[in-house]
Amino acid sequence: MSMTQHAEPAVSTPPAPGPKETDGRTAERPLALRLLARPEIGVFLGAVAVWVFFLISAPPVRDGSSMANVLYQSSTIGIMALPVALLMIGGEFDLSAGVAVITSALTAAMLSYQLTANVWVGVVAALLVSLGVGFFNGWLVVKTGLPSFLVTLGTFLILQGVNLAVTKLVTGNVATDDISDMDGFEQASKLFASSFTIGGVNVKITVVWWLVFAALATWVLLRTKYGNWIFAVGGNKDSARAVGVPVTFTKISLFMLVGFGAWFVGMHQLFSFNTVQSGEGVGQELIYISAAVIGGCLLTGGAGSAIGPVFGAFMFGMVQQGIVYAGWNPDWFKAFLGVMLLGAVLINLWVSRTATRR
Amino acid sequence: MATTIETTPDETVPDGEPVVELKATGKAYGNIRALHGVSLAVHPGKVTCVLGDNGAGKSTLIKIISGLHQHTEGEFLVDNAPVRFTTPREALDKGIATVYQDLAVVPLMPVWRNFFLGSEMTKGPWPLRRLDIEKMKKTADEELRNMGIVLDDLNQPIGTLSGGQRQSVAIARAVFFGARVLILDEPTAALGVKQSGVVLKYIAAARDRGLGVIFITHNPHHAYMVGDHFSVLRLGTMELSAARDQVSLEELTNHMAGGTELAALKHELAQVRGVDVEELPEEEDLTATTPEGTHS
Repeated sequence: MSMTQHAEPAVSTPPAPGPKETDGRTAERPLALRLLARPEIGVFLGAVAVWVFFLISAPPVRDGSSMANVLYQSSTIGIMALPVALLMIGGEFDLSAGVAVITSALTAAMLSYQLTANVWVGVVAALLVSLGVGFFNGWLVVKTGLPSFLVTLGTFLILQGVNLAVTKLVTGNVATDDISDMDGFEQASKLFASSFTIGGVNVKITVVWWLVFAALATWVLLRTKYGNWIFAVGGNKDSARAVGVPVTFTKISLFMLVGFGAWFVGMHQLFSFNTVQSGEGVGQELIYISAAVIGGCLLTGGAGSAIGPVFGAFMFGMVQQGIVYAGWNPDWFKAFLGVMLLGAVLINLWVSRTATRR
Repeated sequence: MATTIETTPDETVPDGEPVVELKATGKAYGNIRALHGVSLAVHPGKVTCVLGDNGAGKSTLIKIISGLHQHTEGEFLVDNAPVRFTTPREALDKGIATVYQDLAVVPLMPVWRNFFLGSEMTKGPWPLRRLDIEKMKKTADEELRNMGIVLDDLNQPIGTLSGGQRQSVAIARAVFFGARVLILDEPTAALGVKQSGVVLKYIAAARDRGLGVIFITHNPHHAYMVGDHFSVLRLGTMELSAARDQVSLEELTNHMAGGTELAALKHELAQVRGVDVEELPEEEDLTATTPEGTHS
């Protein structure tokens, strides 16, 4: 060392290696293993397994219209599971997602009826309220740095109480008044709650919306800047901020996206049943979160997909309807869900450990 | 080290005006003075080393330059104009890029997505504006190869790379995004000997591309291998600021090892039985040579 002490800096630039060279650290793993390492494949196989199980044990499921029913059931879970999954990839939870659906529907129903305006007034107002709730959740989480679990647990309780209390205050009842004879109801229900026939099978429009939203979410997640940011804020918030990712915007907008989902499902419920029960929605948030987790979204954020939760929601819808078609006691549904959730998580864990081993 | 080949840095790089300059800059957090009277000039194509023990104020210094904190006294000049950054983005826009200790990478994301994170390349008109994945992968691969980093698969999560490789990707990223000044926060702190050598090579590569490098470290040996100017911080103030030809590795090591404090400690240690103080330097000897092995 002493020879070079007063010389110029002693390190040279590395030579640029040839273009074909590799570092030789990794060997290509077999295709099957690489596919299995993707959580979407795991949940896809799980969904197929559940489907086959009910095809065998519940003969009515084999009918096309039953399948349409299963898909409908899945879509009402799936439309909400998508933004919940994106939010989870972004590293946050929303426990208020279940009651937020009802809040949105109640807002639209009561505003329309009580102000005797066109239903669209209520629909737009509900959208604003839902986005506002999402913004509030996101803003509070980002500004305080509190865990979103706590913040949204708070909004969950607030909304649950407000739903019941305000509905009773306004309508004197626990449900809203029937809005089916109001202006614009036909139009709105076409958008949110209509159905169409394919090959003699009656399919609900929500199934189409579900798949459209899923495709859109997949594209956004994998092919846009915003999608990149979602992975980044969930994977390492501080790193993302340091390289210039707008973390605050990304997180708040994800919460607002959940708000949008809540609005959409809320409108569907309102326009397919004409009234809304103010006490509903409690517990649904856990179904959405489970569907996202079964779909391979990492609970701690930073990894996941939009297509996984589609299969996750399908598994739930399949079980929910399958139990009915099989003629079993529907009380078993939740127990079934729990087993499925644990099973899926364990299989995912095992598969990813096996398949990513090098 | 295998890579200690004698080279002279590009002589055509003019000393010229400093890109970043601190003049008696300081920072107080409430009534705690974390940094006081620090002056520093970063020239293009030169490596400025900032050395100091834990708590010396190195992190505060970086945070001021990279825009995470604002200075409370003195001046902070970029291109001879006083600045006060409020976000890291503003510093980045001025060409000041920081490679943090935690590297600011997202471990689960692929290498190429990490490379372009926050500055993604896109194509197409707005509603259909999308990532230009082909171009990003190609560019990332080319840039990494230019820096001498070869990876099998840019799709692998960056968390699967070794510490030195990750560090190098982070440096290559900063170089590509037009950084004029590169701040490296203890890039060799958590690395082994060989990995440190890899990182030092990339520091040299960045320097040869004409970047001004601020190399924060507490290892005087690493600093001396690439540095052109050395500043030693202690307890928030400048203890030493010297160009390469004004200071030897031994002096640098001594200053780092606590310098004057250590000499004072010698007298205390002399009272303790069983401690051999004969080999330790006296205070007045500090600018002279010291035996090997007292620096660690």
